Amino acid sequence: MALEVTFSDKTFENRQRNPEEFSEIALEIRRDIIKSLYLAKSGHSGGTLGTSDIFSVLFFGGIMKYNPQKPDWNDRDRFVLSAGHLCPLLYSALSRAGYYSTEELYRLRKYGSRLQGHPGFDMKLPGIESSTGSLGQGISIAVGMAMSDKLVDKNNRRVFALTGDGEIEEGAVWEAAMAASNFKLDNLCWIVDNNDCQIDGRVRDVMSIYPIDKKFESFGFDVININGHNYTEIINAFAQFISNHESKIGKPTVIIAKTLMGKGVSFMEDKYIWHGNPPNEEQAKIALEDLS
Amino acid sequence: MSEIKLLGKKPTRHGFGEGLVVLGEKYDNVIVLGGDITGSVMTSYFQEKFPERFFSIGVAEQNATTIAAGFALSGKIAFFSSYSAFSAFRNADQLRVSVAYNNVNVKIGGGHSGITVGPDGATHQSLEEVSFIRTLPNMTLVVPCDYLEAKKATIAIGEKFGPCFIRFGRSAVPMFTTDETPFEIGKANVLREGKDVAIVACGLMVWEALLAAEELNKKGINARVINNSTIKPIDVETLVNAARDCGCIVTAEEHQVHGGLGGAVAEVVVKNYPVPMEIVGVRDKFGCSGEPEELMVKFGLTWKEIYASALKVIERRDKGFVGLRQVKDVEDYKE
Repeated sequence: MALEVTFSDKTFENRQRNPEEFSEIALEIRRDIIKSLYLAKSGHSGGTLGTSDIFSVLFFGGIMKYNPQKPDWNDRDRFVLSAGHLCPLLYSALSRAGYYSTEELYRLRKYGSRLQGHPGFDMKLPGIESSTGSLGQGISIAVGMAMSDKLVDKNNRRVFALTGDGEIEEGAVWEAAMAASNFKLDNLCWIVDNNDCQIDGRVRDVMSIYPIDKKFESFGFDVININGHNYTEIINAFAQFISNHESKIGKPTVIIAKTLMGKGVSFMEDKYIWHGNPPNEEQAKIALEDLS
Repeated sequence: MSEIKLLGKKPTRHGFGEGLVVLGEKYDNVIVLGGDITGSVMTSYFQEKFPERFFSIGVAEQNATTIAAGFALSGKIAFFSSYSAFSAFRNADQLRVSVAYNNVNVKIGGGHSGITVGPDGATHQSLEEVSFIRTLPNMTLVVPCDYLEAKKATIAIGEKFGPCFIRFGRSAVPMFTTDETPFEIGKANVLREGKDVAIVACGLMVWEALLAAEELNKKGINARVINNSTIKPIDVETLVNAARDCGCIVTAEEHQVHGGLGGAVAEVVVKNYPVPMEIVGVRDKFGCSGEPEELMVKFGLTWKEIYASALKVIERRDKGFVGLRQVKDVEDYKE
């Protein structure tokens, strides 16, 4: 039987939650990813599934301040998806937060859709803070935003950004790290998705970037290592960042999250071939069963 | 021509530096990023006046360009300036995606551009950025002709929404525009009327164009001289009028002959009013060390090449040839 895809119109509130409350949200998001990528017939499955737990806490755990009714609210915190290819996850999270209808998820990567293959600022999709997709740039955008907030406007906004682990092979990423520390950007929270997978293979084989934590330590960051699928650890990591910001610790925070590429879908887990591929009909059926 | 006088010499980079200070005084949301050569590209003026809005990013042009985009996404008018060799090429992808595609208020200064940076040699003599920058959607590109126009252009790009690039130089070049000379982004300025040949120039070649016109005048040829300081968006109307009125065009720029002002003008002319053209510029070569004046002679960037090209293009127009062009050496036309 042909697979018929529908998206629920369920939205989630952004509030403090107990760790176990996040599984329902993450499951809904993972299903969105599989469905939208199946319909798009192209896109990145692995990393999006792998970071769904982190996104669930960041967007729906009362961590980030935002208002879907007023996307340009001047006091909002900002999120920059430096790993732009993970946008199916961001698109799902933003729609589940109420920025726009989940109807838009049907048209990921389609002609005329605001859900571009990589986030396009020109599409004016609410919640998207910048175009990203050319790796290594989003983090410098985030540094610029954090500098503007802390050093010019002197407000209390915070900037969150997520890079992949393959992405930090880009040299300009370390220029950003240097500047974040130089300008004491304690309003910047940098998340590294460490699934050890990139298109050509294991990150350690393609071009080892290890040890990641020691690199960031030497650059002057407060480094937090976590299991990116353990909600308690994710919550605590963000809590530590918020405390770093409130106490004006004078250094940026990096959360290095160990994750599993393709998490939640049995045949995708920890398989780097799923970096840039969508599920076909048969695979989507199995995936949605795994995520039921 | 009689009203255009040489008013002395000054580098265009001083105009850029002073323009930034004017913008800083006028707008609280202007910020400037430094790339370790602030004293060379004159962002130091802004730094002295507004230290709280100046940020040194170090020798990291990719980062500075993208940080500028982050500032712009936070409501700032963000300037970053370095040598053109580094603020148009090292950061090319950042300019394309984070600045141009984002369509944000980032203003890039390309200083020490062209052959006249002189003794530093080929690595620092950027001669290709006009062709790259003008292909970026959303981008505005200005190449002012002298110190005062550089100042006006800097203020103008600060006040225009969107990504802008301004190209200026290191060495002292003739000053000849005044407070009264009109400047508007997107508007080419006819400095001298004439109907025998149109010379379209930008940057320091505008002065050379005026000198060439003066020489041509001695032969009874009236050249129209156009200061085409905005390369993008280009002033189609003024160029088409020149093609129609004069029937032939010479362009002149301190840049490679491929893809620069000459290419931009050719695109307009071919589409709207095809006439013979000659393109004066650096002919597909890298530069080398030397004094600016020596290099301008060596690389064919003086009034003499413009003069010779004018004679050549007039001949082509008058003979109305078709088919393969008989290329004569520039030397044949020199007197």
